[in-house]
Amino acid sequence: MTDHAAPALKVQHPLTEMAAMFFQNRSAVAGLALLISILLFTFVGPYLYPTDPFEMVWTPLSFPGEEGFLLGTDYLGRDILAAMMAGGQVSMAIGLAAAVISVVIGVSVGAFAGYYGGVVEEALMRFTEFFQVLPTLLFSMVIVALFGASLLTVTLAIGVVSWTAVARVTRSEFLRIRELEYVSAARSGSARDGYLIFRVILPNALPPIIVQANLMVGSAILFEAALSFLGLSDPNIMSWGQVIGSNRPYILDAGFAVAIPGFAIFLTVLAISLIGDGLNDALNPKLRQR
Amino acid sequence: MSFWNTIAKRVGYGLLLLVAVLVLNFILISIAPGDIADTIAGDMGGADAEVMEEIRVRYGLDQPFYVQLWRYMSRVAVLDLGYSYFFNTPVTTLILEKLPATLLLVFSAQILAVIVGTFLGVVAAKKPNGIVSLTVTFLSLFGFAAPVFWTGILLIILFVSIFPLFPVAGMIDVTVEGGFFVRALDVLHHLILPMVTLASIFLALYSRLARASMLEVLGADYVRTARAKGLPQRTVLYKHALRNALGPVVTVAGLQFSAVISGAVVVETVFSWPGLGTLALQSILARDTPTIMGILFFSSLVVVVFNILTDATLRLIDPRIKTG
Repeated sequence: MTDHAAPALKVQHPLTEMAAMFFQNRSAVAGLALLISILLFTFVGPYLYPTDPFEMVWTPLSFPGEEGFLLGTDYLGRDILAAMMAGGQVSMAIGLAAAVISVVIGVSVGAFAGYYGGVVEEALMRFTEFFQVLPTLLFSMVIVALFGASLLTVTLAIGVVSWTAVARVTRSEFLRIRELEYVSAARSGSARDGYLIFRVILPNALPPIIVQANLMVGSAILFEAALSFLGLSDPNIMSWGQVIGSNRPYILDAGFAVAIPGFAIFLTVLAISLIGDGLNDALNPKLRQR
Repeated sequence: MSFWNTIAKRVGYGLLLLVAVLVLNFILISIAPGDIADTIAGDMGGADAEVMEEIRVRYGLDQPFYVQLWRYMSRVAVLDLGYSYFFNTPVTTLILEKLPATLLLVFSAQILAVIVGTFLGVVAAKKPNGIVSLTVTFLSLFGFAAPVFWTGILLIILFVSIFPLFPVAGMIDVTVEGGFFVRALDVLHHLILPMVTLASIFLALYSRLARASMLEVLGADYVRTARAKGLPQRTVLYKHALRNALGPVVTVAGLQFSAVISGAVVVETVFSWPGLGTLALQSILARDTPTIMGILFFSSLVVVVFNILTDATLRLIDPRIKTG
């Protein structure tokens, strides 16, 4: 390109370009709007609707709308609307924390495997496969059963079993990027391994990892819901899954007490995966043709 | 390397994975707070130090770690997974009793999901912007986002109060009398809702995959050649394209078995299906450690076996796959 053509090119910051692409995607924007509304509902809602989710307020299992209880009451006569708000905070916090754990483990395993190759890679990938063979839900049920059902053990149990996908994505990105010229250039400048892994390769490997991490939050929320549904969660902490699990015996009389929290989980995970699809398109423009 | 050599290698590697599962099992039991003696004493309503010591000696808990580990492994090698003091039955017997129900559920759900998923994917690939394509996109979002127990419960509500067509709990109806076929039909009748629920999670994934790989294959030269020589659309789609598009679906389906078993645990609980999942939950609530560990081991065994079978099938379907 010749010099005099340069002023005609409007150079955008890559992040600006990415954001523009993301916001052009209608379903991604819808997902983002949905997620923001759910976050507002669960975190700001309790200030506008200060009902204790553990307090008995009305006849058990009364239908939504009765006596002003918009979403009805559960089997102990507790307000389901308040439970949705309190439970959402817990479900989302656990989902996020567990996703962070699994991303940290997955990125470390995948980065070392992809960067060093050889025996290290072989060993780490065998380790990963081992965790893929274990039925994840059963394994985390075992962890929770052995170490007790607290917020911490549930979060750890989810994080420890769900990192394999992140590790595989990270590894394949590292395998690809470590052969690129700028990495060779940095290496010939006698950069250390740590610098190459974390400062040179990792930032360039991030896009698919971010997409995967986003999906991890969604699947961790589902995972937590399944564990609480099975009764393997702290009974003193309300979460969406727990509301479903505890009201389950009454589904034929009061299906709403189960359908409402399930729908909340569904909407949240749906929003997250819509955002994930949008991020994927915005971060990997080359894949958009597919 | 020949086909059988590769399979032998896979089997050897699978055995190694299972040994790793056992070691992990054992480490988990050892570092968890409380031991068998505590649980038994708890069930007896408390015991003094002498009795506790006696229990620990009887279960070998006084031995050093590596001795205990070695004893455990050599017992498992002959499929002795210990004794369940909660169910009063050897764990292996207990598991083998429940395993067929779980295998039936897992296998039928996988087959249903693969067949329907592939079919939807093929139809969607024919018209990438048509209504079926849209349905596939919608299904794949639903399949990822809907908690499986919620889907199951909604189906129960639907089929109990609105269309009472299928039973919603258990596997057999004790009032049904008759020969083998009558009873088999009864089991199938009970199987439908749990199977559909479990398949719903994976249907989405497979249809999306089948759609993508069909689209890729349909653009290939040999498909154009087949069309150019005047073969009917049906032959091109189902004989030429589908055969090559199936590869990725089967590969992914094989990798999903451990996820399907996880899903089955929840589905079994929702529909009171008498399989390993229901057993797992019962034994966890009863703190029956030998049974829990046995189930974890057996389900890993099932996953390993299915993975090897998938691998063998793929190699037989597509000879181009490199061995080794």
